Amino acid sequence: MVNYLLRRLGYAIIMVVLVSFVSFVIIKLPPGDFLTQKLAQLQARGDRSAENQIAEYRAKYGLDRPFMVQYTTWAVNFLKGDFGESFEYERPVKDLLGQRLGMTVILALATLIITWVIAIPLGVYSAIKQYSLGDQVITTISFIGLGMPGFLLALLILYVAIIILNQDVLGLFSKEYVDAPWSFGRVIDLLKHLWIPALISAVTGTGGLIRIMRGNLLETLGQPFVEAARARGLKNSQVIWKHAVRIAINPLIVILGSEALPGIIGGGALVSIVLNLPTIGPLFVDSLRKLDMYMAGTCIVFFTILLLVGNLLSDLLLAWADPRIRLD
Amino acid sequence: MNDVLIDVKDLHVEFDVRAGIVKAVDGLDLTIRRGQTVGVIGESGCGKSVTARAILRMVPKPGKVTSGQVMYYRKAKKGKKHLKDEVLDITQLPPDGEIIRQIRGGEIGMIFQEPMSSLTPVYTAGTHINEALSLHRLIPLQKVGDQMAEAITTYRTVTKDEAREIAIDMLRKVGIPKPTERVDSYPHQLSGGQRQRVMIAIALSCEPEMLIADEPTTALDVSIEAQILDVMRDLQRTANMAIMFITHNLGVVAEMAEEMVVMYMGKQVERAKTVDLFYDPKHPYTQALLKSIPKVGKRSNERLATIEGMVPDPFHLPTGCVFHPRCPMFMPGKCDKITPTYKQIGENHWASCLLYEDV
Repeated sequence: MVNYLLRRLGYAIIMVVLVSFVSFVIIKLPPGDFLTQKLAQLQARGDRSAENQIAEYRAKYGLDRPFMVQYTTWAVNFLKGDFGESFEYERPVKDLLGQRLGMTVILALATLIITWVIAIPLGVYSAIKQYSLGDQVITTISFIGLGMPGFLLALLILYVAIIILNQDVLGLFSKEYVDAPWSFGRVIDLLKHLWIPALISAVTGTGGLIRIMRGNLLETLGQPFVEAARARGLKNSQVIWKHAVRIAINPLIVILGSEALPGIIGGGALVSIVLNLPTIGPLFVDSLRKLDMYMAGTCIVFFTILLLVGNLLSDLLLAWADPRIRLD
Repeated sequence: MNDVLIDVKDLHVEFDVRAGIVKAVDGLDLTIRRGQTVGVIGESGCGKSVTARAILRMVPKPGKVTSGQVMYYRKAKKGKKHLKDEVLDITQLPPDGEIIRQIRGGEIGMIFQEPMSSLTPVYTAGTHINEALSLHRLIPLQKVGDQMAEAITTYRTVTKDEAREIAIDMLRKVGIPKPTERVDSYPHQLSGGQRQRVMIAIALSCEPEMLIADEPTTALDVSIEAQILDVMRDLQRTANMAIMFITHNLGVVAEMAEEMVVMYMGKQVERAKTVDLFYDPKHPYTQALLKSIPKVGKRSNERLATIEGMVPDPFHLPTGCVFHPRCPMFMPGKCDKITPTYKQIGENHWASCLLYEDV
C-alpha cells in the first residue's frame, strides 16, 4: 500500500513536470508574445515611448532570455510558491488566483453536490422503472442536457431572467455586496445568484451521470446475486440499494475523481464567462487568449495536479469500496 | 394429505413479450410434502425455473401468474415469526409484503444455478449469512426463574456475535475448510464449489421447511457436483426439509429424489416414484428422454437415441397434446385434437397421455 502510494506519487511528479513543460512550449508556439500584442496596442494609440516601455517590460519579465532559462526560472520559482506575474493585470498570479479560489471552490462544490444528488436518484428511478412514463421523461431531459452546451443554456436562462423576469442575476453577488464583508445578507444574496449556475449544471451535468447510473443499474439488476438477495427475504428497497446500487455505483467513483477536482479550475469556464462569474475558469481562458503565459501555465499545472490527485483519490476510494480491486 | 407443504394447482405463468405471449407454465399441478425430495426434470425452457420462482412469488418481469394457485401449508414453528398454522395462496400475496418476505429465505430457501455470481461481490460470506439470519432467525429469550418459560417464551433476533457463530457453524456443516477464516472471505476469494456451499449455508442457516435447488450443480464440475449433492443429502436428513430439485440431469435427480416430475412445455407430463419412472416410464416423452441418456457399456458405434423433431415454437403451440408432433406413438385424429388430462394410472404414478385414456 505504501509502495503503491509512493509509486503513484512518483509518476505524478514526472507527469506534472512533463505537462508544465509541454504547456509552456505550446503557449510559446504562436508568433510573438503578450508584449508584442501590447506594443501594437500602444502604437495604435500613438504612444511614442512604446518601444522603450516594452523593452523595459521584456527585461523585467525575462522574456528576452532563451526559452529554457525562462522555463527553469519559472519552474524553480513555482516550487518556492512564486507563480510569476500576470502581464495582463501586472500582479502576481498567486494573488489573482487566490482572490477567486474561494468562490470557485464554493461554486464547484455546489455544482458537484447538486449534480450528484439529482443524478443518482433519477438514474436509479429510471432503471427500476424502465420504460415507464417517468423513465421516458428523465431520459428525454437527460439527452437534452447532454446535447445542449452549457453556455447556450446560460444565455437562454439569462434572457429569461433579465428580460422577462427583470432580475439581476449576473455574477455571484449584487452590486452592493460585491466588496462587502461576509454577512447574513451577503450569503442570501449569494444563494440568490448561485441558483443559475447550479441549474445549468443540474441540466447539463446530470444528463451523462443519469444515463451511466441507469445503464449500470440495469445491468446489475439482471445479475443472479440480485435475485438471490430477493430470495433471501430482503425488502425490494434493500435489494435495490444495498445490493444492486452498491455495485452499480462503483464506476461513478472514477468519474467523481477525474471530473470533480479538475472541474474546480476548468469546469464550466464558458458558462462562467457568460454569467460573468468571478471564478478561475474565465481568468484561465482569458490568459490563454492573451498569451499571459505565467497565468496560463500556473492554471494548467494546478489543473494537472488536481486531475492527478483526483484520480489517485478515486482509485483509493474504489479499492476501499470494492474488495475485488487490489492496489499493487 | 396433512403433510402437504406446497400444492401448486393449475398454475399458469405467461410472459408478454414483443413477439407475443409465451406460456412458460401452462396448467401445472405439483404437490410437495414435508421432508420429501421431488425432482423436476425437463428440457431448457420447459418452465422448471419459472415454477420455482412462482412458488417464491418472484417471477421475473415481464412474466405474470395469470391463473392458478400455489397453496402453502404454513405451520407455526418455534423460532419463526409466525405463530399459527395457516394455508396461504402465495400467488395472492403482495410481492414485497411482510408475509412473502418471511417465507422467502425463512421458510423456503433457494439456491441457484450460477454460484459464481449469486453472491454480491462486495460482501463477505459471513455478511451474506448474517443478512439472512437477522431477517429470519429468532432466539428464545428466557427469563431466569420463570416457571412458565416454555409457554410464554419470547424471541429476539440474533446479535452480530451470535450470527457470526452460526455462520461459522453453517460453513463448517457445508464442508468449507477453515470456516473461521472463510467467514470473512469475499466471493472472489472462493472457488465455484465453495460459493455454492456458501449459498447452501445461507439457505439452510434459517432452517427452512423447503429448499428449492434450481440446477445447483450445472455450473460445477463433476467431482464438486458429487460433493455438493452429498452435502445437501446429509443436511436434509438432519433438518427434515423438503427439497424441490430442478435439473435437466437425469443422473443427478435419480440420486437425489424419491419422486420425480417430468415437465414438457410448461406442463407436467408424468409423475412417479423415481424407481418406477426409470424402470417403467409411461409417457412417451419420458421414455424418449430416458433413451437419450448415454449408458456406460453400450456399444460405442451405436448412435444415441434422440427425440425426433424440435421443441415447438412457444408462440404457436401444437393443438391437442403439445408433444404430438414429436411423439413416436402419435395417434392421428386423437393426439392432435384432444388435450390429455393429468390422471393417476397406477400406484403413485400419474401421466397425461391419451394412451391411458379412453378416447
